[in-house]
Amino acid sequence: MSYVAFFLIAALALGAALGLVLKKNAIHGALFLVVNLGSIAALYLMLGAEFLAAAQIIVYAGAIMVLFVFAIMVLIPGKEETGPDPRRAYRMLALPVAGVLFLEVIIVLLARVGSAPRAAVSPPVAGSPAAASIPAAAGSVEALGRIIFTDYLLPFELTSVLLLAAMVGVLLLARRRA
Amino acid sequence: MVPESYYVALSAILFCIGVLGVLVRRNPLVIFMSVELALNAANLALVAFGRRHGSLDGQALVFFVMAVAAAEVAVGLAIIVVIFRVRQRLSVDDLSAMRW
Repeated sequence: MSYVAFFLIAALALGAALGLVLKKNAIHGALFLVVNLGSIAALYLMLGAEFLAAAQIIVYAGAIMVLFVFAIMVLIPGKEETGPDPRRAYRMLALPVAGVLFLEVIIVLLARVGSAPRAAVSPPVAGSPAAASIPAAAGSVEALGRIIFTDYLLPFELTSVLLLAAMVGVLLLARRRA
Repeated sequence: MVPESYYVALSAILFCIGVLGVLVRRNPLVIFMSVELALNAANLALVAFGRRHGSLDGQALVFFVMAVAAAEVAVGLAIIVVIFRVRQRLSVDDLSAMRW
């Protein structure tokens, strides 16, 4: 049952990603990206990361994509990528490059994920499946909040400074010079 | 339960599609969206690895990646808007100079 759900959602995510890359229209690409982000949120749910699923919807599909669609509406007359591509030969080089990158990632994963025994990565009890040490679904958000506000408190505060800096920088950049 | 390696494989494919999008597209906005795609693939891998290790550190990291991605998108889009204002068109092939 969970396999069926996983493969359905994975197919949706892959199709949406390909749609983003292949579609000429930037708005269509943005909508495909929303579908992709939503399906990844569903995968987060399946992985037991409820908080991240909600944050994914709110931050990515909500805030970031609205920003993208807004920028596309403001900037693009809709004719940016029509017409012949003067550097098509160079751009087609991207296909073998991406293929090689994919092969590399797969080889790395097979070498690491495939060979590492489960007992080696879950220290407490040898032989017990790692799934047993995962916090219960209900406590996941609470535990995550505890970690963020204790172990990761400094990065958390730095993140707020970063967001403030980004906000000021954007205001400065987008200001209309008289 | 679906094994974590499936999620990691999916994230590898999504990441490569994102890189492909960065390489083949001419519109900086679409390139930017492809970067977001690759970022999300990395996030998915982080969550999957976190579940495999039975720790929440991966999820905390994803939380920070999301915050940084939001800042990055805001600044990047502002830069694109400024470039469009100066150039009146939007193609990465035009942008070969660091300053003008």
